[in-house]
Amino acid sequence: MLDSSLQQLGSALRARKISSVELTQLYLDRIAALNPALNAYITNNAEASLAQARAADMLLSEGKAHPLTGIPVAQKDIFCAKGWRTTCGSKMLENFIAPYDAHVIKQFNNAGAVNLGKTNMDEFAMGSSNETSYFGAVKNPWDQKAVPGGSSGGSACAVAARLCAAATGTDTGGSIRQPAALCGVSGLKPTYGVVSRYGMIAFASSLDQAGPMARSAEDLAMMLNVMAGFDERDSTSLQRDKEDYARDLEKPLNGLRIGLPKEFFAGGLSNDVAQAVETAIAEYRKLGATIVEITLPNSRLSVPVYYVLAPAEASSNLSRFDGVRYGYRAPEYSDLTDMYEKSRAQGFGAEVKRRIMIGTYVLSHGYYDAYYLQAQKIRRLIAQDFTEAYKQCDVIMGPTSPSTAFKFGEKGDDPVQMYLSDIYTIAVNLAGLPGMSIPCGFGSDNMPVGLQIIGNYFDEARMLNVAHQYQLATDWHSRAPQGL
Amino acid sequence: MSPTIYLANADVRKVARLARLAMSETEIEAARAQLAGIFELIAEMQAVNTQNIAPMSHAQDVSQRLREDVVTETDQRELFQTIAPQVEAGLYLVPQVIE
Repeated sequence: MLDSSLQQLGSALRARKISSVELTQLYLDRIAALNPALNAYITNNAEASLAQARAADMLLSEGKAHPLTGIPVAQKDIFCAKGWRTTCGSKMLENFIAPYDAHVIKQFNNAGAVNLGKTNMDEFAMGSSNETSYFGAVKNPWDQKAVPGGSSGGSACAVAARLCAAATGTDTGGSIRQPAALCGVSGLKPTYGVVSRYGMIAFASSLDQAGPMARSAEDLAMMLNVMAGFDERDSTSLQRDKEDYARDLEKPLNGLRIGLPKEFFAGGLSNDVAQAVETAIAEYRKLGATIVEITLPNSRLSVPVYYVLAPAEASSNLSRFDGVRYGYRAPEYSDLTDMYEKSRAQGFGAEVKRRIMIGTYVLSHGYYDAYYLQAQKIRRLIAQDFTEAYKQCDVIMGPTSPSTAFKFGEKGDDPVQMYLSDIYTIAVNLAGLPGMSIPCGFGSDNMPVGLQIIGNYFDEARMLNVAHQYQLATDWHSRAPQGL
Repeated sequence: MSPTIYLANADVRKVARLARLAMSETEIEAARAQLAGIFELIAEMQAVNTQNIAPMSHAQDVSQRLREDVVTETDQRELFQTIAPQVEAGLYLVPQVIE
């Protein structure tokens, strides 16, 4: 049951071979046994999950089921879920009970899915290793001395360790794709604007995008069908016709043109990752694809551009945490300003404060043009590189991360080293393109390697087709960590 | 004004004040060293010629949608105040600001 696809689980539920209550309890028992070590979840609420499962069983018995009805899904703790503690990985929101549902949560509720719990993450989604979570880091289920990646590390771990059927994540600079790669699961960041950001705690609003994390491309398509869609409460949500992201899964790949950016295979990429990715590309040739070398000359600037834009937007978004209406308030203070300063200093962790400081600096008087405006201009150059590239190819492929999962503490105290681990994923957010990561082998340390697939705008169905055909021909995606 | 990579403790102190973050002198010194490294990374941008390039804020270059100016939210004061640090008689309490 734990290795079943969402399709198989749905069929079993609709055929009443298993009830949603039984399936939910199976996962809750597994979480109770394994989560103390893995720390994938921040909050579980068995009562709330089982109540949803009972409601799903009613729908199933009445024959009113949606494909995901009764299926237990883990929700990243960045999505507000009414009545659930929603912490965003921060002391600031340690006791925050969300008074409303995020659009994504509402979509899953409407589909009759079961909220299995809220997954751990880097504080306010700022991190690539989960080490910035106030609730302690998630462990990589393949090697508990290694990081799971971040920021959606809890979701990636939960999917890999079979602590949920599927999960949600969010991706501002690689936060779905990098942990998916490091934990050996599949993850998709859609085109910016496809999934509503309403009720998703904001980090960098022009880059944040929610997406699914699961064990196969087929499962991702079912999840995205629930998550995507126009929502008037998100001013950047795009008005588009509803589409079935699973419609092209079975198409053969004959004639598919895959672009390989030469910049993604240059210095800084570890040999074992390069080898696994090249083997995957060879598999795609066998499946009928042709390879084109492309260039993304400005992609080297994506890390500096990102570390201006994202902190700038974060410093503005996080100004709402002032200890007045919700969130942490310092126990002692002398006046109003002192209350703000102490509440924020005590409620935020080091990385969040660092990024607020960077953002405040680049937006401060006299520096706006040199930093923020210049970064927005280079952002366009980065996006134009992709537009040029897509004249010659249908999808772009490369590594998701320069190495397999690194060990806890390995990146030390130098934030720049950590920032560079997102070098292949950030450009995709800046351009607003959809990107995904699927497992494509193992490194010399037997840790998973992710293949990144970058699509053109709104090309999610094709990317899922490209990933699914690979997953029919290989079995990397169905490997599970041992000993759990 | 051209950006400076060199950061003094006074700059960090000023930014911390603007960001409403209480910081000790030891924290300011540590933050200065780390921010300097980050600004060195960011400085790579300065060499790029961006003349005649329009800044980009949304990938689809859509403008913000407007909606009718009508009330869409219901009054949920009591629910919202259950999660507030300090309330009294339906009001959010903060330290006295007017003598």
